[in-house]
Amino acid sequence: MTRPTPETLANSARRARAAAEPLRDVDRPRGAATPTVPAVRTPAPAPAHVSGAGSLVRSLEALGVEVIFGIPGGSILPAYDPLYDSTVRHILVRHEQGAGHAATGYAQATGRVGVCVATSGPGATNLVTPIADAHMDSVPLVAITGQVARPSIGTDAFQEADIQGITLPITKHNFLVQSAEELPRVLAEAFHLAATGRPGPVLVDIPKDVLQASTVFAWPPTLDLPGYRPTLHPHGKQIREAARLMAIARRPVLYVGGGVLKAGATDGLRRLAELTGIPVVTTLMALGAFPDSHPQHLGMTGMHGTVAAVYGLQKADLIIALGARFDDRVTGKLDSFAPDASVVHADIDPAEIGKNRHADVPIVGDARHVIDELVGAVTTEQSAGHRPDLDDWWSQLQELRKRYPLGYDEPADGTLSPQYVLSRLGEIVGPEAVYVAGVGQHQMWASQFISYEKPCTWLNSGGLGTMGYAVPAAMGAKVGRPETVVWGIDGDGCFQMTSQELATCALEGIPVKIAVINNGNLGMVRQWQTLFYGERYSNTDLGTHKHRIPDFVKLAEALGCVGLRCETAEDVDQTIEAAMSINDAPVVIDFVVGKDAMVWPMVAAGTSNDEIMFARGVRPVFDEDEV
Amino acid sequence: MTMHTLSVLVENKPGVLARVSGLFSRRGFNIGSLAVGETENPDVSRITIVVNAESSPLEQVTKQLNKLVNVIKIVELDPQVSVARELLLVKVRADRSARGQVLETVNVFRARVVDVAPETLTIEATGTPDKLAALLRDLEVFGIKEMVQSGTVAIGRGSRSITAGPALRAA
Repeated sequence: MTRPTPETLANSARRARAAAEPLRDVDRPRGAATPTVPAVRTPAPAPAHVSGAGSLVRSLEALGVEVIFGIPGGSILPAYDPLYDSTVRHILVRHEQGAGHAATGYAQATGRVGVCVATSGPGATNLVTPIADAHMDSVPLVAITGQVARPSIGTDAFQEADIQGITLPITKHNFLVQSAEELPRVLAEAFHLAATGRPGPVLVDIPKDVLQASTVFAWPPTLDLPGYRPTLHPHGKQIREAARLMAIARRPVLYVGGGVLKAGATDGLRRLAELTGIPVVTTLMALGAFPDSHPQHLGMTGMHGTVAAVYGLQKADLIIALGARFDDRVTGKLDSFAPDASVVHADIDPAEIGKNRHADVPIVGDARHVIDELVGAVTTEQSAGHRPDLDDWWSQLQELRKRYPLGYDEPADGTLSPQYVLSRLGEIVGPEAVYVAGVGQHQMWASQFISYEKPCTWLNSGGLGTMGYAVPAAMGAKVGRPETVVWGIDGDGCFQMTSQELATCALEGIPVKIAVINNGNLGMVRQWQTLFYGERYSNTDLGTHKHRIPDFVKLAEALGCVGLRCETAEDVDQTIEAAMSINDAPVVIDFVVGKDAMVWPMVAAGTSNDEIMFARGVRPVFDEDEV
Repeated sequence: MTMHTLSVLVENKPGVLARVSGLFSRRGFNIGSLAVGETENPDVSRITIVVNAESSPLEQVTKQLNKLVNVIKIVELDPQVSVARELLLVKVRADRSARGQVLETVNVFRARVVDVAPETLTIEATGTPDKLAALLRDLEVFGIKEMVQSGTVAIGRGSRSITAGPALRAA
């Protein structure tokens, strides 16, 4: 087992050079929260004559960017020259998809804007998946791509792709830069758009000749976005109406989505929940927004949510949705979702309100302001003596919780149980760490069997469901929060899509820890084949068990990581502890688990939440008379 | 299905029309007609879109359009208090025997002849979609050789202007 040096000589030399050259004439605040309008943060330096590429790099510095993830290539090459001397750290990834997910993980873990860079053509198209992923999960991401020179655009030139056109439907906005003079303004606008309102990815496509042109760099630029005015403050009348409904509801539920985390509204949420005594359910994206250990938390709702959380929403007479979007994985069959519920829907994006479910009280605003104002309005209602009696509701929910807790059966064939691995991981590693999951069974078990107590400790690909997200996103999270332990939790299928970024982690000194929940199969697909396709396992066996190809321990070592393997329940704790004791290199644990474990509870796709299955063939008994 | 006329003020920048039309196809909204042109402010273009929608999808249409960063303002024009016009150019078979009748039809509809050839007349007409449909019905008997029609453009009646206001500062 060899330990790689965390940093190559070339790297340290480059950074030493950058440090010895503190000629930055712009103030670069680091570690601030989301970049706001740069105009208020940076003093105006004297305009300087630079290339377009120089203007790009100085704009990134002025915007407070500390790190970018990317790969150079022909069209973006001019930008890499000034980058060589910049204080902006560039992390050279192995695949552009890795750059995109790393920037996403960085953004989700820190709340800052994540930045990725790629060249034109295939470099840019390799960013499409992470951009779409960030779009679905509202992640503040800026993707910078090289483009062929302006005279070549539209001629099917070498490595030309219309990335602006390709990413129109999957970005919050995108730019094709037309001249070097525009660069500071366009970048400032891109960061502003990415970070404010409903966050999202913004792509900036820069032709090579624009990077090469000489220009004048002046900062700060004036933003020119006449059509962009996000509504942050909710309407007082709607807030009062929401509070009035909350005061008379008999079966209310707070339905909390990722918007609450993005708005930094978790303290307020706790105040609101405790003030009202209303049960809380969180979406997959919102795990950590409300402590799992809190007695009012019914757990995650949705396709694999807890029975109490799914039932709570389904039987509610009032749903207070905060930064959530009534996604199909939450509502199940929409026509039969929560038939008795009035809906208060608060979201910063007006288009989400009423999109899937009619809102009786629409509230447009930032979740933080919405929740703070709700706390005020509810307090007013309560001081007028309007406080609902939720005892009956709570006793129903408590009964369900008791009867249908999250759990699992040990595999009959004596194989290692994946749920056990994840419970132990959560217990041993604790709630301070950041957990980054891929997509599939392991993701659902990680959401169920690890307790999330704090905001931004659970990262995953929720909306797009991107296999291959975990390793690069964990890398990005670790770069953003180097003092925090970061665990990637991946399946053997997901891991093989992006594991090459572990080489990046090894070389750049990013000691992530990856738990591969290796069941030898595309587990979630296999589960559906078990349940819905008569156990005909078409193309889901990856051979990682049968042939041990690849051998994840050897693969980890080849990538410059420490590789460990665990195949029995007795070894789980000590293997996790061994991984925890290694802090100078990335670690991969190959947890060889049984292939027949399934994720329960489950609301099968396209069915009603009323038809939730607690386990295979086991439907919970709801006493309809109680409600 | 009811038709709704939306006036969408957008920044006059490359690619904005693609953003708007792409949004419609992506979200499964039906465009009845579409017309684009500059406004009195050269930095602002105006897209008139006739949407085939019920009221709830229409709300989604306007909300999604509003999310486009280049969209500055959207107003739905009520047909009762707005003027809507389309332009029609139609080439009609009109030999010596039919020419008199064709010209009579042109006059009845207050249309104009803009080109004359031995066997055909080319007629320009503007009006509401209903009026143009009626004109076409009457011309069909002579034989329509070719026609082209614009999308609807529309403007509110009275002195109020939708392009006034601070949101429309020079882009």
